[in-house]
Amino acid sequence: MTESIAPSSAAAASSQTDRRKPAQRSRLAAFLDSDLLHSFLASKLVVVAALLTALIFGAALLSPLIAPHDPYDLKSLSLLDADTPPAWLAGGDRNFLLGTDDQGRDILSTILYGTRSSLEIGICSVLLAIILGLSLGLWAGYAGGRIDTAIMRIADVQLTFPAILTALLIDGVAMAILKNHTIEGGKFWILVLAIGLSFWVQYARTVRGVTLVERNKEYVEAARLIGIGPFKIMFQHILPNVLGPVLVIATINLALAIITEATLSFLGVGLPPTEPSLGTMIQVGNKYLFSGSWWMVAFPGVTLALLALAVNLLGDWLRDALNPKLR
Amino acid sequence: MLAFAIRRLFEAALVMVTVALIAFTLFRFVGDPVNQMTGQDTPLEDRLKLRQELGLDDPIAVQFGRFLSGAVRFDFGISYQMKQPVTAIIAERFPATLELALVAALFAVALGIPMGVYTGIHRDSWLAKIFLSVSLVGVSLPTFLIGILLIYVFSVKLGLLPSFGRGDVVQIGFWRTGLLTASGLKALIMPAVTLGLFQMTLVTRLVRSEMLEVLRTDYIKFARARGLPERSINFGHALKNTLVPVITVIGLQLGAIIAFAIITETVFQWPGMGLMFIQAVQNADVPIMAAYLLLVAFLFVLINFLVDIIYVRVDPRIRIYGRAA
Repeated sequence: MTESIAPSSAAAASSQTDRRKPAQRSRLAAFLDSDLLHSFLASKLVVVAALLTALIFGAALLSPLIAPHDPYDLKSLSLLDADTPPAWLAGGDRNFLLGTDDQGRDILSTILYGTRSSLEIGICSVLLAIILGLSLGLWAGYAGGRIDTAIMRIADVQLTFPAILTALLIDGVAMAILKNHTIEGGKFWILVLAIGLSFWVQYARTVRGVTLVERNKEYVEAARLIGIGPFKIMFQHILPNVLGPVLVIATINLALAIITEATLSFLGVGLPPTEPSLGTMIQVGNKYLFSGSWWMVAFPGVTLALLALAVNLLGDWLRDALNPKLR
Repeated sequence: MLAFAIRRLFEAALVMVTVALIAFTLFRFVGDPVNQMTGQDTPLEDRLKLRQELGLDDPIAVQFGRFLSGAVRFDFGISYQMKQPVTAIIAERFPATLELALVAALFAVALGIPMGVYTGIHRDSWLAKIFLSVSLVGVSLPTFLIGILLIYVFSVKLGLLPSFGRGDVVQIGFWRTGLLTASGLKALIMPAVTLGLFQMTLVTRLVRSEMLEVLRTDYIKFARARGLPERSINFGHALKNTLVPVITVIGLQLGAIIAFAIITETVFQWPGMGLMFIQAVQNADVPIMAAYLLLVAFLFVLINFLVDIIYVRVDPRIRIYGRAA
């Protein structure tokens, strides 16, 4: 989508000097001259998306400092405040800028805290998927043979099912196993596990593809000849080659992971209502849609949509910018 | 061709057995069915007797065999939550989901292909740019948000369409259809649009990129040189040649539609299999989860198999590979 108008010859030259650990040029100077930055600034939409992402990430990170109320503090909640419309509407309270939900929680504060948990789950599950997919992909590609077939066959079977279904199933199984034990914050890790395990295939396939090509190159052969172990070859020599595509998938996956978490929470199998996430807020607000309390669902909904859209745009741009064929 | 089909069939069977194994593991190791079926005051002897009657003392392999033979006969036992045979529950819910999925797919194709063709031919027009921007938003917006938005506009504000359920249904044999009554059709509109929107954007983008590719080829230039009308070039020559990948993707997406129906059915309280599955997950109702898992896996494998076979019939290059292997 983004038409990258990057000076390709200069870019190729600069990336070549990058590889050789330039002594005379600092990394910053190399970055300022790179085509990545050029194509970034060339598209206004991407800059807006990046700013929006930074804003949401920042607000979520600082939520304990900037949120006017603490939605976890049950003492400060009052049912008398419940169902207050946003401040600018009749009946609104300046204390609750975006209104309150059915428990009397301030919507703005809950969104800030909720975005934080959504982002935490999203990032943790993408990290899990990367670690798992990267290791299995490297292993399959480097070892080849039966190990390769086994790992890739599992990946193929899992790829037959949409990620949301896998996540739902893992979530359901984990809940069934842990039905009689309630672990504090356990739901968080169940979600990370469910989403992370449903996303690893893409990384494994990409990494395996690159590894298959790289392992027959001379530098790997040379490394093997001087007696470097397979782990070091895999992680130190081959791994750097796959980081570009992995970064692209990770960005797009982050948006998907956030949406999946919100979906699971909306379906009632994600975070409990006492630990607000964007999906839980939308689920609760959805029940009050017919009584006209649109603010309970609208503000978390808009936040989720903007977050997903911004991260998606960044991912799209990153894919185009890092793909040499499109230059 | 035959060898190819047999090999694919073998792989499909392997997938099904794997999924059955997962479903069986669920059954066997998640919770004790005896605990689920008895009360707190059941004496130990009765429990042991029940264990024996249920065959839980047999070797695992025997139990798996029994589970498989049950699954082949569509017998998945009795739901923990609803105390009814799982098969009866699914038979009741299946038509609702299938109707929803088919109408959603129809919606996606009927709107996606013309939009794709238009954006492919007039790639720089403002309308094409609007279509593409809308499709990007459609990809980014979570399904349930779209559903809630539609409910808010058309049910709460305008009061035009019902926000939940299937409306009136007509029983035809074992099939309960909502397609034959006005209220059933009205109830179908919003869920089908919600469900099909993502696939529609997918079809649009796919048709567009295929059209762009085909329109560059020599035989299109030649058709232009022969002075054929634009209409017949675009639809008779170009579109026809984009359809192979489009059919494949639509076929594969049919499975995704059935999976995503879980979300749509929850938003609209549509009495289908997805809603049933969500309730089963919430209640840790293992027999229903296992049956749903197997049924969906079967549908997926079937669709994948059919798409593979159609592909081979259409594209001769694959046929040669199949023969060589």
